[in-house]
Amino acid sequence: MTRFETAFAKEINGKRRAALVCFITGGDGDTAANLDALVEGGADVIELGMPFTDPMADGPAIQEANIRSLDAGTKTADIFRMASEFRARHPQVPLVLMGYANPMIARGADWFANECAKAGVDGVICVDIPPEEDAELGPALREKSVSLIRLATPTTDATRLPAVLEGSSGFLYYVSVAGVTGMQQAAQGSIEDAVAKLKAASTIPVAVGFGVRTPEQASAIAKVADGVVVGSALVDLVKQHGNEAPEHLRALTSALAEAVHAAR
Amino acid sequence: MTAPTPVNSFRTLPDETGHFGQFGGRYVAETLMPLILDLEKEYRKAQQDPAFWAEFDALMKDFVGRPSPLYFAPRMTDYFRAKAPAGKGPKIYFKREELNHTGAHKINNCIGQILLAIRMGKTKIIAETGAGQHGVATATVAARFGLPCKIFMGAKDIERQKPNVFRMKLLGAEVISCESGSQSLKDSMNDALRYWVANVHDTFYIIGTAAGPHPYPELVRDFQSIIGKETREQILEKEGRLPDMLVAAVGGGSNAIGLFHPFLDDPEVQMTGIEAAGHGIDTDKHAASLTGGKPGILHGNKTYLLQDEDGQITEAHSISAGLDYPGLGPEHSWLHESGRVNYVPITDTEALEAFQLCCELEGIIPALESSHALAALPQLTAEMDEDKLLVVNVSGRGDKDIFTVAEALGVEL
Repeated sequence: MTRFETAFAKEINGKRRAALVCFITGGDGDTAANLDALVEGGADVIELGMPFTDPMADGPAIQEANIRSLDAGTKTADIFRMASEFRARHPQVPLVLMGYANPMIARGADWFANECAKAGVDGVICVDIPPEEDAELGPALREKSVSLIRLATPTTDATRLPAVLEGSSGFLYYVSVAGVTGMQQAAQGSIEDAVAKLKAASTIPVAVGFGVRTPEQASAIAKVADGVVVGSALVDLVKQHGNEAPEHLRALTSALAEAVHAAR
Repeated sequence: MTAPTPVNSFRTLPDETGHFGQFGGRYVAETLMPLILDLEKEYRKAQQDPAFWAEFDALMKDFVGRPSPLYFAPRMTDYFRAKAPAGKGPKIYFKREELNHTGAHKINNCIGQILLAIRMGKTKIIAETGAGQHGVATATVAARFGLPCKIFMGAKDIERQKPNVFRMKLLGAEVISCESGSQSLKDSMNDALRYWVANVHDTFYIIGTAAGPHPYPELVRDFQSIIGKETREQILEKEGRLPDMLVAAVGGGSNAIGLFHPFLDDPEVQMTGIEAAGHGIDTDKHAASLTGGKPGILHGNKTYLLQDEDGQITEAHSISAGLDYPGLGPEHSWLHESGRVNYVPITDTEALEAFQLCCELEGIIPALESSHALAALPQLTAEMDEDKLLVVNVSGRGDKDIFTVAEALGVEL
């Protein structure tokens, strides 16, 4: 079983439980300590953001985290160092790199896929490579058995969905609102409808994100989805608490994990 | 890097996936993909619809004031002929896009796109702007068609282009200040894309240059090609033959592609695109993405970009706000690699000199963007025989730039 399969197959009281997916931006604060806090708090999957100068799909919280990270001098090499050190400390926890196309292809897709494999990265989310441009990154990742995790959105209709699912693996990330990260949350009813449609079409788990901040929201989503993604709320804690962030991250992650794992 | 596509024609691209060789494409978030595909479908229909083009042509004539003149510049011609070696110094013509309504070529594209927006049933308009010319042109067509309009503009550009900000407000647009990053054109495009993603159901994004995700580079080029089509007719009428050299400034590159595209398959017509070299291409303050950049992905397309070894976008600099962008349209990247167009960097200082020369010799105050094109004349005229014909695209008027120029010349107004 892959790390993703294990993470999404965990059970509680004999029932399959939903997974908690936690995002922070690499190089924003003490990333190693922050990642450890997320795992200790109960995160099942980690998304590590690769900073980019022009994060077009992100709201203010993650935009600022990108700028803080780059201003602190974070390089692509640092992100891979963080990833491989994480892998050494946490052999079982799936690790996803999330970011934008240009830093991923700057040295060539093959180079990037190879570094991912070497660092023990399980999957990659690239915000601005839709299925139509898969050739840019997808073949290189699949060659190295690194999952390409695609995004589905409220605007992804039934005719597009097969193209989105084709070549994607690990899990499917359902962006529940048409918008940027960290803004409003979608209505629960619309999430339930969308997840039902995606799960009917897909053999891989469906995780839902964008705008999820509280255990209550996470619990509601975890009733229907295979995973719940939380990002901006965690990134806000890193901004607010700097080097003291780990204890706050651990506390929020624990509350979220408890809500997600016990939702069904 | 893939080899340039072998072609018999330079005018058949983009291909059906929106690529010009390795450049172009549709690198956008999934949320935008369905709309981008809809836009392409609607544009294909519009292309075949005589009623669409009849409305476009009528607005071009009576609202924009086209055709813009092709003007023989006698004193510039004499000036450079006198400085050139014996027998050198071609006849210089200006394509007078600065005489259009709103003072630049930008309006051509805005008319085309707002007609598409209306066909698609979109009720709100957004746009990004650098110098403010595209913002003013968008606000103008939004007012003309009665659609609410938001213009995203970098905080730094709002400061250096105050007259255009006021113009947009007079035209009823809401100007939204972008405070992130370098607070200039690139950041206004980021914020416009962020807004669009959240409002994609009712909002049409009028992109101002021949860049962004397919089909924007193609449709912007097609709307701007009226520049080259008119130039072709006008020079044939005046000189009985095609020009030998076309010159245009390239920021995103819409005025240049508009002039060049109708001539791309005429091998006797040479073309020079001018990139903004800021303080010089050997400094870190320039906007010459072909000379100083490499291919990458930003704002929905693959093209040459100013970037570091990690693929982080580096900040562009030009005295001209309209050229202050770290990339350019994908078709220019392809024309560069295929060798069809020669791209040359021009510095802030050279552009300022050309700006003054044009004012003094021709009684025309050119935009700083167009001044970059004019600044290529000393070198080009020294190399071309005097029976040759050269056309410069004077893409915009310089009224908006007088404060910047005064400051650069140390003049207090």
